[in-house]
Amino acid sequence: MRAVVAPPATSLTKDAGYKMRARDLTVRYGENTAIKDVTIDVHDKVVLALIGPSGCGKSTFLRSLNRMNDMVPGISVSGHVELDGEAVYGPGVDPVLVRRRVGMVFQRSNPFPKSIFENVAYGLRVAGLSGQSVVAERVERALRHAALWDEVKDRLQESGLGLSGGQQQRLCIARALAVEPEVLLMDEPASALDPIATAKIEDLISELRSELTIVIVTHNMQQAARVSQRTGFFYMGRLVEVGETSTIFTRPKQRETEDYITGRFG
Amino acid sequence: MNVTTAGARLVGRPRYGDRALAVATGAAVVTILSMLVVVLFDVVRGGATKLSWEFLTTSPREGMTAGGVLPAIVGTVSLTLLMTIAAVPAGVATAIYLTEYASRRSRLARLVRVCVANLAGVPSIVFGLFGLGFFISTVGRAIDRVAYDGEAVYGRPCLLWSSLTLAILTLPVVVVSTEEAILSVPRELREASLAVGATRLQTITYVVLPEALGGILTGTILAVSRGAGEVAPILFTGVAYYLPYLPTHLNDQFMNLGYHVYVLATQSPDVDRTKPLLYGTALVLLMLTLLLNLIAIAIRARSRRRSRAAA
Repeated sequence: MRAVVAPPATSLTKDAGYKMRARDLTVRYGENTAIKDVTIDVHDKVVLALIGPSGCGKSTFLRSLNRMNDMVPGISVSGHVELDGEAVYGPGVDPVLVRRRVGMVFQRSNPFPKSIFENVAYGLRVAGLSGQSVVAERVERALRHAALWDEVKDRLQESGLGLSGGQQQRLCIARALAVEPEVLLMDEPASALDPIATAKIEDLISELRSELTIVIVTHNMQQAARVSQRTGFFYMGRLVEVGETSTIFTRPKQRETEDYITGRFG
Repeated sequence: MNVTTAGARLVGRPRYGDRALAVATGAAVVTILSMLVVVLFDVVRGGATKLSWEFLTTSPREGMTAGGVLPAIVGTVSLTLLMTIAAVPAGVATAIYLTEYASRRSRLARLVRVCVANLAGVPSIVFGLFGLGFFISTVGRAIDRVAYDGEAVYGRPCLLWSSLTLAILTLPVVVVSTEEAILSVPRELREASLAVGATRLQTITYVVLPEALGGILTGTILAVSRGAGEVAPILFTGVAYYLPYLPTHLNDQFMNLGYHVYVLATQSPDVDRTKPLLYGTALVLLMLTLLLNLIAIAIRARSRRRSRAAA
């Protein structure tokens, strides 16, 4: 069983305060180009929001950061992605090890048909962690992190599918946090939730920022403004603009960005 | 006045097409159900009186005009079990390869799919001849030459070769139903597993297979119960007309319920005395396959309940 990888020695990326970088990243599905020449830096312990109209490539970009796209038939990725200075698409890189450091939360909550406890413990078990007390301790920590512990502590053995939609999504966040990733990718994590559950997820994101780097895709611009420090705007498969969230929303440099955030299209 | 006019407009011409279709499809249902009822009724009425503990636990006597069907039951059950042991692991493994490992454009996967589809279309008597030619004359004789100095130990019809022949006949159904069960596992669950750093193998073992298990079992049991009633594939490969003993080794011949029905119906010296036995045997065979089908239904209901409770 592979051990969870330790962070590598200091690298250029680390020194510069960047957790991940993408250079000229192009992703094609067969003949279709989903994203083209995307170059972006993900700052360490900062929430980066990716906004843009449907089909603009923001989810594709997100999924290429932890190689979740690898399973898609007919996909081709060119360009460069690095995590702490290490090439994510380099020769011999094991996508499993990438995903242990770069976790992901999906648009539709997708708990396993297992107990709440086993949902959160799953990532630890597949990483080879055994020992009931260690696992239990990390499950509790992850559930507390995901602000779910108080709601489920008395029914850890019940099915995760019995929770409400918002709780299920926080369970999925807890599951992702349990393996203690350094980066958390979130693909429209609140788009299927009601406003109260959405607010809880947003609070959670703000709290998690002190410990890990978050990249969140959202089609909700208010959400991007509320939770992120930096925002990137995708349009037609290109990254049009990226910068401080306050700048993007008040003084965007590009005409397309301004049109989008003022609601002229999208 | 207004009210009547408005009401009148709601009354349209009757939809004759819909009615005709409802009648036609309903008639088809009734026809099929009544055939099933006639067959079941006839077999049950004829066989129920014969069905007794003695019938199930004794061997045929007096030139098969008296006694029971124990050797045929034992033969059918051991044949079915051995067939399952051979067909299910191979079929499930093939389905896992096709759905999880082979790429969409893989030539090998396409070839396997074509083979499986064609295998499903082969008449069962051809499987019987294949079993005779391949398993007995080729594999069995080779084993005899190497291990038994040419003495006919495995180079003759027996339980082992019949089971393997039936396994090949069952294989396509197992592969296809397992494939469907695996494909019905939501992509989101696989992604959830991969995203927390599980390997493909772990994802298959801990997420995909448990989720698909109900479907795999259901399809497999239905395939097995279909195979259990087949006679043609075992005709040349191991079934016996009459045996005074029960099969105890893989290279023993065996009796079989389906074949026993054929024997009683066509080879009896005394038709009147054989007839109740014939009905009884047919009823036992029906009950065995019905039992397998009931198990499949129970498993399917259970896994549906589970996923509904989940949702």
